[in-house]
Amino acid sequence: MNQMSKYRAPFLFGLVAVAILGTGFLQSWNSALLIVNMGLVSAVMALGVNLQWGFAGLFNVGVVGFLALGGLATVLTSMPPVAEAWSAGGLRILAGLALGAATLTLAVITFKHMQKSRTRTAALLVILVGGFFLFRFVFDGGVAAVEAVNPAATGYLGGLGLPVLLAWPMGGVLAAGAAWLIGKTALGLRSDYLAIATLGIAEIIIAVMKNEDWLARGVKNVIGLPRPVPYEVDLQSDPAFVASAANLGIDPVTASTLYVKLGYMALFTVVLLILFWMAQRALHSPWGRMMRAIRDNEVAANAMGKDVTARHLQVFILGSAVCGIAGAMMTTLDGQLTPGSYQPLRYTFLIWVMVIVGGSGNNLGSILGGMLIWFLWVQVEPMGHFLLGLITAGMADGSALKSHLLDSAAHMRLLTMGLILLLVLRFSPRGLIPEE
Amino acid sequence: MDFLNAVVALSNYVVVPAMAYGSQLALGALGVTLIYGILRFSNFAHGDTMAFGTMAVVMVTWAFQAMGVSIAPLPTALLALPFGIAICAALVLGTDRLVYRFYRAQKAKPVILVIVSMGVMFVLNGLVRFIIGVDDQRFGDGARLILSARDFKKMTGLDEGLVIKTSQGLTVLTAVIVVAWLYWFLTHTRSGKSMRAYSDNEDLALLSGINPERVVMITWIIVAALATIAGTLYGLDKSFKPFTYFQLLLPIFAAAIVGGLGSPLGAIAGGFVIAFSEVTVTYAWKKVLVYLLPEGLEPTGLVQLLSTDYKFAVSFVILLIVLLFRPTGLFAGKSV
Amino acid sequence: MSGSNNAPFLIGEHMTGGYGKSGPDILHDCTIAVDPGEIAVIVGPNGAGKSTAMKAVFGMLDLRKGMVRLDGEDITRLSPQERVAKGMGFVPQTSNIFTSMTVEENLEMGAFIRRDDFSDTMAQVYDLFPILKDKRRQPAGELSGGQRQQVAVGRALMTQPKVLMLDEPTAGVSPIVMDELFDRIIEVARTGLPVLMVEQNARQALEIADKAYVLVQGANAHTGTGKDLLADENVRKSFLGG
Repeated sequence: MNQMSKYRAPFLFGLVAVAILGTGFLQSWNSALLIVNMGLVSAVMALGVNLQWGFAGLFNVGVVGFLALGGLATVLTSMPPVAEAWSAGGLRILAGLALGAATLTLAVITFKHMQKSRTRTAALLVILVGGFFLFRFVFDGGVAAVEAVNPAATGYLGGLGLPVLLAWPMGGVLAAGAAWLIGKTALGLRSDYLAIATLGIAEIIIAVMKNEDWLARGVKNVIGLPRPVPYEVDLQSDPAFVASAANLGIDPVTASTLYVKLGYMALFTVVLLILFWMAQRALHSPWGRMMRAIRDNEVAANAMGKDVTARHLQVFILGSAVCGIAGAMMTTLDGQLTPGSYQPLRYTFLIWVMVIVGGSGNNLGSILGGMLIWFLWVQVEPMGHFLLGLITAGMADGSALKSHLLDSAAHMRLLTMGLILLLVLRFSPRGLIPEE
Repeated sequence: MDFLNAVVALSNYVVVPAMAYGSQLALGALGVTLIYGILRFSNFAHGDTMAFGTMAVVMVTWAFQAMGVSIAPLPTALLALPFGIAICAALVLGTDRLVYRFYRAQKAKPVILVIVSMGVMFVLNGLVRFIIGVDDQRFGDGARLILSARDFKKMTGLDEGLVIKTSQGLTVLTAVIVVAWLYWFLTHTRSGKSMRAYSDNEDLALLSGINPERVVMITWIIVAALATIAGTLYGLDKSFKPFTYFQLLLPIFAAAIVGGLGSPLGAIAGGFVIAFSEVTVTYAWKKVLVYLLPEGLEPTGLVQLLSTDYKFAVSFVILLIVLLFRPTGLFAGKSV
Repeated sequence: MSGSNNAPFLIGEHMTGGYGKSGPDILHDCTIAVDPGEIAVIVGPNGAGKSTAMKAVFGMLDLRKGMVRLDGEDITRLSPQERVAKGMGFVPQTSNIFTSMTVEENLEMGAFIRRDDFSDTMAQVYDLFPILKDKRRQPAGELSGGQRQQVAVGRALMTQPKVLMLDEPTAGVSPIVMDELFDRIIEVARTGLPVLMVEQNARQALEIADKAYVLVQGANAHTGTGKDLLADENVRKSFLGG
């Protein structure tokens, strides 16, 4: 087993590398780098989910929500503040939110400190209903004022105007905060209840981001986020860059796009390596061993005096923070925040496929799964086109079935991912690089 | 008079739609709860099973329409329903044979089955998109309305109209029939009782000579029927779009859990609790309030508690409250 | 009654084995048998393998050596379900009823493998346990401990078994209820049905036993009639408490 596994991981990574190099040679280096960059981000996401599922057996299907929070953090950190919007209603919105939080806190305190009685129910009702209308009154006014400020371009509060790289840790912090709140309420629940709870929370996070225009423009999207790497046009007008591109025999336009992508790649690789190193350290620390002991036998761990819920909360927060960082990285790479694009199938369940295919509980496996599954996700569509092209080659041009089949090639992706997941679960349930 | 108008407005915008939506959720939640009771896992593929069954119904409906078969004023889809159920049942039985049975034999942990159902969800989702595409499909025909606003106003002389769509009436009626049949099946037939026995105490059911594979098969067939009916009714009422069915997973799960997973009665109650809360919280109450409040006190805003986009939040919050305060649901379900 | 003249009706002979293919042996050359009209009890200290011995006879354990015969037929390789079909009625110690189903439905499920009319059998069960007839529409889970045990025994009787096996039927019931249950079990045995029973309450069990097995560490320590064993100095000293 050990002998085999020694060569297994390098071999599999080699395979992914060959596939990506093949893309570079056969399609274009631009596509290859696109796959690598998003693959690196996917690997970070998979690392985060693996922390929760692989280490601790926590079933989080709200990954997309944490990614979206990371995206939100990018806007909140890097975009310049909209001074006009702040003066129009920023403080009023903050006051509204504070009122809302105060209402909930008051309700919780009342619930905890009063005896169970009709009076308590009535008091809770008064607090919640009164608080809600007060909150809506203050909050709605602020929102209306903010959203009225130049709605075509801004209509939101803007961000802090900080360097965009700071958004990545910020994304982690924001996701961790949300995870703390969620974990506090939902972590005591059984595994499938936790799954459904996280599924719901993710939906809510996305709904908030789509609807609260004052926050990040909702479905109007925030575009033109600052970048940590230079712009292509700047490079193309830089004589030194053009000269060195000419030396390499590449035209300046291609050279600039490759240069930018390589820049992202370097940044993402650094983040991935740091997180991988930390995850490995965690896995082999007493903390990681205890986590796995809890995962394998919660009852026994509980009986031995381990605080299972507290440990779960820690790992849930850490894993979500990693997802938040990945979400911020992804939004930075895209250069825009588009809340409408956060689909659970793509950003929750696909990440799960990565973790399980790679090997639950193995950090290296998660990285492999992230890269490999992302490569397939991108390449299955052209492969499907090719395949269906072959199948339909004999059919008459313009036949309804032929055009339908060709049009449907795009949907082969989901089918293939499902099949891969099912096949791995069935024939290699511990994944490509199993847990040590 | 104002009071009556308020009641009519309330019925029109809240009660009637929520009844229909609640029936659809209840049927969906029944499927989830049966799977949970018998196969002991939360089936994430249920929304997509609904989509698949509905797709089958849509295609058979189109075939009927092309052949000129019609049962107007009822929608042709009703005629296509048995065919859709059969196709969907074949699919889920095939899935069980190819996928789930292996894990059952291994006595795999429920959470593994949940992940397996995620895989099935992907495959079904892809399959439906592959066959029928991602767009909205309309397949309703026949009479659109049972009661139109104009007729109602003429009949009663009120200012407010009450509209009941055929699809809404059909939904409620079908749900009542299906639920009554299911209740009868579970309590009065040998197969139904063996299902309950298996759900209650698997080991003892085995000792009593109940064949688990048969119980599982019957369960899948019933689940396929429930999913297809629920999906078709939802599609007739709104429209058929594969992605929407995936999203229905959350309110359906919420309904099943709120009622108590594994409890059929709970699933029905849960469906209506979720539906009524969703509709009331996201409804703009201005229309009702103008009739009820004295002049001068009429609200200026829409008096909508939450934007409709937050309807998922409603099912979710109810779910969370129930889980925190009554973890087994309203009708004590089982916990595996 | 029995096909062969001398061999016992049901016998687990020289049974050696444990749970799972690789689990440690719990039983060591253990023999248990019962004949029509008699009550055989298995007693012994905690952890002696009493329940294990009964489960071995019922096929819930992997036997490495020995065999089980019912009415002369070798059933060693049959699954528990197949043994039920062969005429063995088994009442597990715990979760032995369908709590969410009514008493009557519990009995119906007991008769699940029967395709004939079983209303006669049900009437017999109700005669034996009159309280169940009064409560036949109630969910079995709402009944008292003793009544639940009656449901459990009634369920097993519904197949019209050729032998009835009870795993600690009196666990967790009050002494009065225990006496009543024993009376019922004697009544069942008088109809000619062999009863094999594991009991924690050794003294009371030995009093009603026609045949008794004392197991120690998975092996037969003493065998004899209930009266003999009660009188046996060794048995009394070792675990009846003098």
